[in-house]
Amino acid sequence: MKMIIAIIKPFKLEDVRDALTSTGIQGMTVAEVKGYGRQKGHKEIYRGAEYAVNFLPKIRVDVAVDDNQVDKVVEVIANAAKTGQIGDGKIFVTGIDSAVRIRTGETDSDAL
Amino acid sequence: MTTTRAIITISLLALGATPALAEAAPPAIDAGDTAWIIAATGLVLMMTIPGLALFYCGMVRKKNVLATMAQSLLCTALCSILWVVVGYSLAFNGDGALIGNFDKIMLQGIGMNSVAPATKIPEMLFMAYQMTFAIITVALVAGSVADRMRFSAFVWFAALWLLFIYVPIAHWVWGGGWLTPDATAMKPGILDFAGGTVVHLNAGVAGLVAAYLVGSRQGYGSDNFAPYDLSLAVIGTGLLWVGWFGFNGGSALGANSRAVFAIVATHLAASMGALTWMALEWWTRGKPSVLGMISGAVAGLGTITPASGFVLPWHGIVIGLVAGAICFWACTKLKQKLGYDDSLDVFGVHGVGGITGTLLCGVFAVAAVGETAGLLEGNPSQLLYQVYGIVAVAVWSGVGTVILLKVIEFMVPLRVSKQSEIEGLDVTQHGEALQ
Repeated sequence: MKMIIAIIKPFKLEDVRDALTSTGIQGMTVAEVKGYGRQKGHKEIYRGAEYAVNFLPKIRVDVAVDDNQVDKVVEVIANAAKTGQIGDGKIFVTGIDSAVRIRTGETDSDAL
Repeated sequence: MTTTRAIITISLLALGATPALAEAAPPAIDAGDTAWIIAATGLVLMMTIPGLALFYCGMVRKKNVLATMAQSLLCTALCSILWVVVGYSLAFNGDGALIGNFDKIMLQGIGMNSVAPATKIPEMLFMAYQMTFAIITVALVAGSVADRMRFSAFVWFAALWLLFIYVPIAHWVWGGGWLTPDATAMKPGILDFAGGTVVHLNAGVAGLVAAYLVGSRQGYGSDNFAPYDLSLAVIGTGLLWVGWFGFNGGSALGANSRAVFAIVATHLAASMGALTWMALEWWTRGKPSVLGMISGAVAGLGTITPASGFVLPWHGIVIGLVAGAICFWACTKLKQKLGYDDSLDVFGVHGVGGITGTLLCGVFAVAAVGETAGLLEGNPSQLLYQVYGIVAVAVWSGVGTVILLKVIEFMVPLRVSKQSEIEGLDVTQHGEALQ
């Protein structure tokens, strides 16, 4: 089992969700986050005073999948979230030790 | 029963006798004038709560939103009481050169039939209308020290500043003091229709001085002070803009053409101010910001104020254009050069706008509108009186504010502690916070 963590542009969330649903992914967790990468932040100007906004709003999507689905899901997210512009985000893949479906008590792959 | 009937009979007889008298002397109180000034009083009060409260609170950081609104609320409540107790009498009763007298403290002598001088409205209404001007002037000053002034110090400041700075200046310029023009006595004076000097220059200079004495905010120039919610400031601007129809239009003290001319000039100046600031920002910074548009509108409104009842409506467009440009320069360039931290640009918008408008009033004044000619109609001396008035008001406001703040500093620190400032004034001064 792997956890796929995608940091994407907020307006791309619906595209990513649609693409994941059509590949058979049944659930995901979404959070509004702030951060920056190579893009850095941007400048805002208020009556002549310039402020650097270092942390930009992003959306983080967490999807837990079986090992054999990882490559496909990463590709689907990358295609759906891509604009080609700076600040498109990143995808991280990390391992999951165990999983439990709370209602039934099923574990690991059965719980996904 | 018999007595009642007798009284009714006498009253009827008395009523029957009055029409002859009424024809000789028309009723002193005019219903139309009174109705308009009642409405205008409401409009000007609305400018402070919620207008200015929203305009200001939208521009501070989230941790100081309630504290900024609290200042407008406090000014409304405190200045109203002080105005009735002693302020009105000292500002508008008696013809001393420097200050009025105590004859009307606690509204003594203002009866049901009292008429305000040179008007057809009840004196009680004139008192209430002027009260709303006193309120907003004190509340305007608060913007320069937002984010850091201790609330207890501000309470002292609001009370003392009203009595020692606003009241004398209102008396000088409007209440029969040494700057009030008087055509019948051939006495020249400053033209200030609705408060370019009394309200805007006065609040602006006091704001500048207070910003210097209270000191810059922690992290000024390095931390991010981006506004909490500019949409609130936009709503506040809308309320100020409409309220200003009562501020300038009501200053005609009657429902007449002069009021309408003032309202149209006011609206045009606000519109042109907003467009000018927007254009300059677009040109120099690449983007037309919402904060820029509302700043330009308020700059136009403050600048047209002294001139509104003395010029033609289209002069409002010219005055708004100049206001937008000069105030933009003052807030973005002059402020950086002088290095003061006037949080919400009380000086840059109101102080600079008040000076500009008072001068332009002396240039554009049209005798057919306000009975006094300006420079363009061949009366250059009026421009000199305007300069004279500006200097007098600025000196009294500036020096007086320094003295008052030094006195208050003996009683209570002007600023909150460094830690309280970082935590935010809402929770440290008022025990509340936006969640």
